[in-house]
Amino acid sequence: MTKKKGPDTWQEITTGCVVFQPGSASEYHTGSWRAQRPVWNNQKCIKCGICYIFCPEGCIQQSEDGFFQANMDYCKGCGICAHECWPRAIAMTEEG
Amino acid sequence: MAKRAGMEVAMAVAEAVGQCNIDMAAVYPITPQSHIAEHLSELIADGKVDAEFVTVESEHSAMSAVIGASGTGARVYTATSSQGLMLMHELLPIASAMRLPIVMGIANRAVSGPLNILNDHSDIMPQRDSGWISIFVENGQEAIDLSIQAFKIAEHKDVLLPVCINIDGFQLTHMVEPVEFPEQELVDKFLPPREPYATLHPGKPVTMGAFAMSDYYPEMMKAKNEAIKNSKKTILAVWEEWAKIFGRAYKPVETYKAEGAEILLLTMGSMGETAEVAIDELRAQGKSVGLVKLRLWRPFPFEELKEAVKEAKKLIVIDRAVSFGGPGGPVFSEIKSALYHEEARPMICNYIIGLGGRDVAVTDFTGMITRVLREDSKKIADTCEFWGVRER
Ligand code: SF4
Ligand code: SF4
Repeated sequence: MTKKKGPDTWQEITTGCVVFQPGSASEYHTGSWRAQRPVWNNQKCIKCGICYIFCPEGCIQQSEDGFFQANMDYCKGCGICAHECWPRAIAMTEEG
Repeated sequence: MAKRAGMEVAMAVAEAVGQCNIDMAAVYPITPQSHIAEHLSELIADGKVDAEFVTVESEHSAMSAVIGASGTGARVYTATSSQGLMLMHELLPIASAMRLPIVMGIANRAVSGPLNILNDHSDIMPQRDSGWISIFVENGQEAIDLSIQAFKIAEHKDVLLPVCINIDGFQLTHMVEPVEFPEQELVDKFLPPREPYATLHPGKPVTMGAFAMSDYYPEMMKAKNEAIKNSKKTILAVWEEWAKIFGRAYKPVETYKAEGAEILLLTMGSMGETAEVAIDELRAQGKSVGLVKLRLWRPFPFEELKEAVKEAKKLIVIDRAVSFGGPGGPVFSEIKSALYHEEARPMICNYIIGLGGRDVAVTDFTGMITRVLREDSKKIADTCEFWGVRER
């Protein structure tokens, strides 16, 4: 798991676990959950953007060349992108 | 001047809530709570109470709506009963984990099945571990007083927890009783506007109800448990303040002719008044009997309970709910475990009574006590009986 910057003991947890710092979810790297990673084959990719829309982590970005790639800090390896990509341009491969 | 009235208790509860400067209420009507829902919506619709009444399509939505509104810093109220409370169940621990002050009136009613609309405590007992402060009332006046006090307790900076007030369905909600409404000016002084710890506001974003896995969840549960245990101090302080201003005193464990009594009866809710009559009758016959009434269910008042029963030889615990396949009634098992390590502790027996609205009469209590007086202690210790259930 990612190293935490948060409170240590139960006494330090804010009342009701309210998080006062906006956007702090980005500090939580869901990429640490990943067992498989998506690998793009741009030769098959038709740049439809379906993977970008369906990714539950919102971690897929379009590059300047119009192809897509995932930010591995947040890609949790769910495989939804690969499942939805109908030209089968994304393959899920085991993490080493 | 405090206003005196003869009023149905459910309506009186709505009137009392209307005195509390609430911002919002979301109440889905269900028998026997309906008159709270109806009368409160009337008060708001007629402009007598300046609040938003959110009409919802279920109790699940009612609880969700008050959670959201409480998150914005509003003073909120809801009320329910039986199946409605069961439908809210999923959200109750969320409200307490988020430390959101919410006040809920519960018109206690039996849960299905079989379908039954009358009173017992089988709706509140399964909510025991949801992290809500849970208080029982005995009559209409207590229902009014506690409904007002509940806001102060829930919103106190040292508490910040939801509070439910248990009001026996029909036995209390549908009784017309003489009641006194506290003077509005005094209520306003007693209950100043809520000062929220955090609010949902686009100008100052915060996250409420954050995700926490095994790395934080246990610490959060410990913090919640400490918070509700710690709330007793504030509850006692609020009751003291109430007694000073309004002249009516409340205690976590109330007693009636209990001092020095050999046999004690322990009840919760409206049964207490019936039990008092039974105690009077037996005292008049020279029997050494008394009554203990458990008002505060969560946080459980361990010290006060131990103090109240320490001199008794036998303790009869009355339950209005069943823990199926368990040790008897839920109140019984809690009392028994609370006293386990005490050196001097009474023999404890359990009678389950009043299920599904079955009448609880003075003769039931005198009958139990008379039987326990007769039997030797060993034998009673094993008693856990459905009192008055027909048998072949
Ligand atoms: S595997 Fe899941 S999380 Fe990772 S990029 Fe694909 S859809 Fe997003
Ligand atoms: S879904 Fe497949 S084809 Fe479409 S953009 Fe993503 S990788 Fe390319």
